[in-house]
Amino acid sequence: MVPTTYYLILSAILFALGVIGVLVRRNVLIIFMSVEMMLNAVNLTFAALSKHFLSLNGQVFMLMAMVVAAAEVAVGLAIVMTVVRHRDTTNIEDVNLLKG
Amino acid sequence: MTFPTLNLPVISPQIVLVVAALVILIADLVIVQKRILGWISLVAALGALATVFTYRPASPAFQNMALADGLGLFTTAAVLIAAALALLLSVERVADFTRHAGAYYALILLATAGMTALTIASDFMTIFVAIEILSLALYVLSGFNRRDARSSEAALKYFLLGAFASGFLLYGIALIYGATGTTNLAAIAQGIAPLSVSLPFAPLLPLGVGLLLVGLGFKVALVPFHMWTPDVYQGAPTPVTAFMSVGTKTASFAALIRVLAALGSHDRPWLLALAGLAVLTMTLGNLAALRQTSLKRMLAYSSIAHAGYIVTGLAAGNPRGAEGALYYLLAYTFMNLGAFAVLLAVQRREENDVSVERLHGLAARQPVLAVLMALFMFSLAGIPPLAGFFAKLYVFSGAVEAGLAWLAIVGVINSAIGAYYYLRVTVAMFMSEPAADAAEAPKPGWPVMATIAIAALATLLLGIWQFPWMQSIIQAVSTLALR
Repeated sequence: MVPTTYYLILSAILFALGVIGVLVRRNVLIIFMSVEMMLNAVNLTFAALSKHFLSLNGQVFMLMAMVVAAAEVAVGLAIVMTVVRHRDTTNIEDVNLLKG
Repeated sequence: MTFPTLNLPVISPQIVLVVAALVILIADLVIVQKRILGWISLVAALGALATVFTYRPASPAFQNMALADGLGLFTTAAVLIAAALALLLSVERVADFTRHAGAYYALILLATAGMTALTIASDFMTIFVAIEILSLALYVLSGFNRRDARSSEAALKYFLLGAFASGFLLYGIALIYGATGTTNLAAIAQGIAPLSVSLPFAPLLPLGVGLLLVGLGFKVALVPFHMWTPDVYQGAPTPVTAFMSVGTKTASFAALIRVLAALGSHDRPWLLALAGLAVLTMTLGNLAALRQTSLKRMLAYSSIAHAGYIVTGLAAGNPRGAEGALYYLLAYTFMNLGAFAVLLAVQRREENDVSVERLHGLAARQPVLAVLMALFMFSLAGIPPLAGFFAKLYVFSGAVEAGLAWLAIVGVINSAIGAYYYLRVTVAMFMSEPAADAAEAPKPGWPVMATIAIAALATLLLGIWQFPWMQSIIQAVSTLALR
C-alpha cells in the first residue's frame, strides 16, 4: 500500500506548480487553468486524508470543492468574455486601466 | 431510519434572502417599473433582520455545521444592516450603470446570504462554501457596469486573485483537516480527534493555519494580500463598493474570530503572525492612502488600514480584543457606508468615481452633505466622541492587555497618519474655493439622503450611547473559548 505521505507530497508539488503557473503566466485563461490545478491538488489531499482517517468527511469536502470550482468556471469565463469585448485581449498585462 | 434534526430556524435569514432573490429574478420578467424590485429586496433584507431577533439561544444546526450563537447573530445583524443600507442606496442610482436591475438586486441578496451564512458557519465545510457564495456574487457585481471597461477589469482582477486565494484557503483547510482529523470547529476546539485515530500529520497545523490566514486575509484585504482592493473598489459601481467594503469584512472577520477561538486550545504561534500582518496592513494602507487623488481609491486604502486596526484586536487573542474587533466592525459598517453614500451623492450619473478636488467648496453648495461627510471623516480618523474613536480605543486596549503594547503604539501612530488624509477631505470641503469646472451632480434624492442620515445617526449613537451594543458584544464574545 502506498503511504499517505506520498500522496500529500504529490499534491503539494501539484499545488506549487499551480501557484507558479498563476504567478508566471500572463494569459488569463492559463492563469485560470493553474488555479483549477491548485484546487484539484487540494482535492487529492482531501481524498488521501479521507482514506487515511477512514472517514468520509474529506471526500464530501472534495465534492463540495468540485461544485464550487464548476461554479467558479461559469462566472470566470463570463467575466473574461466581458473583458475581451472591451479590450480584445486575454493578456493580463494589457488590462491596465486601473492603477495608482 | 431516523432523520437528523436540521434545526432550520437557525438559517431563517438565509432562507428569506434566497427566496426573495429567486422571487425578484422571476418578477423581473413581468415588472417594468424596476424600482419596485429594489423595494422588494429592501423589505427582504429587513425581514431577514427581523428573523435574527426571534432566535432562541444558540443551538447547533445541520450536524454542527452552523451555530447561531451571540457572535453569529451580532455579525449577521451587522451584515444585514449593511445590505439594507446598500440597497436603499442602490434604488435611486442603479439605473445609472445597468438595465438589469432585477439581477443586480438578486445578486446583492445572494451575496448577503453568503455573508450571513459565513457568520454562523461552525465547520470548515460551511465556511468554505459560504465564502465562495459571497465571492461569486461579488465577482459578478463588481463587473456589473458592462459598458465601462474599468468595471469589467475590476471584475477580472477580483475574480483571478479571489480564485487564487480560494486555492490557499482550501489547502489550508485540507492541512488543518490532516492535522486534526476533523473539519468541525467544535471538535477542533476540544482538541480530540473523532474515532480515536492517530494523528501523524499534527505538525502540519501551523502551516494549515498560515495558508488559511492567506485566504481569509485576501477577503478582508490585509497587506500583503491587498493588491486587488484599490482597483476593484474603484472599478466596481459605487453602491457595490459601499456594500462589499463593509459586508465582506464583517463576515470574514466573524469567521476568523470563530476559527481563532476554536484553535485556542492549541499552542498559538499564529497570533504573532497576525500582529505582524496588522503592522504591515495599518502602515502600508495609511501611507498609500496619503497620495491618492481619487476619493474611491483613498477610501479603498483607508479600508485596508482599518482592516489592520481590526486585526490588532484579533492578534491580542483575548476577549477584550475580540470585543473591540466586533465593535469596530459595527462602527466601520456605518461610517464607511456613509462615506461611500456621500461619494455617490456627489458623483454624476455617467461617473463612477470622484476626485478629491470635486469636493472643493462642497460646504457652500450642499452644506448638509458636507457636514455629514465631515462627520464620517472624523469618525474614520478616530476623533471622540464618534464611533471610530471608541472602536480604536477598544482594539488597542485589547492589545495592551495581551502584552502587545508596541502594537498599540504602532496603531496610534498610524491613526495620526490617517487623520491627515481624512482631514484633508474636510478642509477641501470647507475651506477651498470650488474648482472652475465644478459641474453640479444631480441633486441626491431622498433614498440616498436617508442612507447618509441613518449612517450618520448610527455613527454618532454608537459613540455616545454604547450600553446596548456593548452588552450584546460582550455576550457574543463570552460564548467563545478565548482566554
